Amino acid sequence: MSDVAATAEHTVAAGRAGRFAALGDAGIRSVGPIVLALVAGAAILLALGRNPIEFYGDIVEGGITRTTGLQDSVTRMAPLLLIAAALVVVFRANIWNLGIDGQFLLAAAMVAGVGRDLDRALPNGLALGLLWLLAAAVGAVWTIVPAFLKARYQVNEIITTLMMTFIGINVANLFIKGPFRDFESTNVPQTSVLPVEQRLPDIPGTSIHVGIVVALVACVLVHFVMTRTAFGLRLNVLGANPRAATHFGLSVPRLVMVSFAVSGAVIGLAGAAEILGVWGYVRADWNPAFGLIVVPLVFLARLNAIAVIPFVALLAVLSIGGDLAARRADLPNDFLLVLVGLILLFMAVTEYLGRRRALGASYLTEGLVAALRRRKRP
Amino acid sequence: MSKVLTETFLTALVAGGLLAGVPLLLAALGESISERAGVLNIGLEGMMLLGGYVGFSGALYSGFTWVGFAAGIGAGMFVAVFMAVLCVRLGLDQIVVGIALTLAAEGLTSLLHGAILTERPRLGAVELVTIPGLSGIPVLGRSVFSQHLVVYLTLGLVIFTWWLFRSTNAGLNLRAAGDKPSALDAAGVSVVATRTWAVLATGALGGLGGAYLAIVGAGTFEPFMTNGAGFIAIVIAMLARARPFWVVVGALLIGMSLQLQTALQVASIDVPIDVVNMLPFLAVIVVLLLFGRRAYLPAALGLPYVRGSR
Repeated sequence: MSDVAATAEHTVAAGRAGRFAALGDAGIRSVGPIVLALVAGAAILLALGRNPIEFYGDIVEGGITRTTGLQDSVTRMAPLLLIAAALVVVFRANIWNLGIDGQFLLAAAMVAGVGRDLDRALPNGLALGLLWLLAAAVGAVWTIVPAFLKARYQVNEIITTLMMTFIGINVANLFIKGPFRDFESTNVPQTSVLPVEQRLPDIPGTSIHVGIVVALVACVLVHFVMTRTAFGLRLNVLGANPRAATHFGLSVPRLVMVSFAVSGAVIGLAGAAEILGVWGYVRADWNPAFGLIVVPLVFLARLNAIAVIPFVALLAVLSIGGDLAARRADLPNDFLLVLVGLILLFMAVTEYLGRRRALGASYLTEGLVAALRRRKRP
Repeated sequence: MSKVLTETFLTALVAGGLLAGVPLLLAALGESISERAGVLNIGLEGMMLLGGYVGFSGALYSGFTWVGFAAGIGAGMFVAVFMAVLCVRLGLDQIVVGIALTLAAEGLTSLLHGAILTERPRLGAVELVTIPGLSGIPVLGRSVFSQHLVVYLTLGLVIFTWWLFRSTNAGLNLRAAGDKPSALDAAGVSVVATRTWAVLATGALGGLGGAYLAIVGAGTFEPFMTNGAGFIAIVIAMLARARPFWVVVGALLIGMSLQLQTALQVASIDVPIDVVNMLPFLAVIVVLLLFGRRAYLPAALGLPYVRGSR
């Protein structure tokens, strides 16, 4: 009796220890690259003659401790989270939608372009709802060409989505300078401005608009769909092995088109959140370029739409605080790009080391191991 | 439309197309080498940018254009070393590493530009080599046959690459590394070494392309100045199915559409700049839609080679 209990206890303990070990392992693999990137970034700052401790201190001040810092960061999280949720859908299917900026900007431009007129014609709530839908539709439409080329001819979607981004940015500008231009405003072409009281309401007691709630709901929803539904399973199968998906009788082209459209739609929502919540208009040549900086976070979170939330929070702080830090250090605000690139590189390397360890092999490459062995034997 | 086909318009178009086409040509030529060997080098944009920055700085501080070009080649190869070690040697994901290198190079060159080149210096006009005789051809002779020496060198490189692919063992090895790496391994040639050389060659050519863009094309360095040229070059290499002469055709056509704005201004035709800016990308998409099924990619493209795995 006590034997059984002891065994059971032992199993539970072992299971718990295993789970802790797995969690710790995942933690190291996720947080490690960020720490390494911050250290390497500090070295670059030093080389440029800037004080890295001051720089990082300014990031913390600007992104968290300054009066509006934390609220600004949470506000910035809304579009980033929506983009991350959208990327989880396609990346799980092993599809590279890198046309994020084009889908985002076009949706934002359309929302800003028709926003004020629609708001005057319809009750505020209905107008805002329609604008969210419009943004989703625009984002989805902009994925059709790359999705079709991928589904039909297996053309590499990385290239086509990037091309569509460059086109989308210019199309958005054409609309802003043409049909959507509001001539009553400044000399720089821009759309009409949605009045502040007509935009998304703030969460009571803060200056954070409700877009963050929409984004969090979207993350939970995406997580549920990807882990608990047949559609999610199909996408996972497609991502794991397209040939297996075909043998299962799944229509791979249709899955490609649908997952592309879903991700485009959610990225469109990100555009709506930024315009309806923060700006109220779009100026010509405005491009926050959120796209590629979200990509590494989605991988760090192991394609998990819930786990991505803390990473996005960190990115939002880096992005908001980075503005202040760059201004004080008299540098362009592109340090974030370096950091994100470094995170990706270190992530790839960490992944490699982890894989080696899992296989029971050494951290060293085969060639190095062979070389070391040779040296040991004189 | 008659005013479109004037001499000045054609000169502006062709000369501008060559100016914008040569960096694309160099980068696409490099990309076709690494694609043949099975490495999809998404970091090309980063190689061009760092090549542009370092090349420009080299030319600026040394006072010699050639030092700049050499520095650009070195910078491109520096980025390529990361690609070679991480992707070829360690077998990490080529796309993740490629994006990482491009992002890091974008951020780094912008930071360096903001921290060091605060005065926004410019280089003087570069020395052109005029081919006697041919440059006397009416209308286009002057604009086509009076170029920087690098342009002629590039054409030489195209022919060399064609010969390399077509009639050398090295070319055969490259192709095998991309199509059937296990066969190359069985034949006793190192897949890793072959691919490493290919990636380094890509870096050198991409860096040279970026340096040309900065030194000859713009005469200065601007952050993000490649503006997607690296990605266009990847598409050109794909569509040309890694055949050097088609790379030339593609690069020059896209180069011309990049320069249409200037040429149209010369002909005093007003087209919104946004339309002109997206033309090269639009052209690529249209070509892909029309000829997409014919885009050639080696069988083992993007896959790391692990000996003994199936």
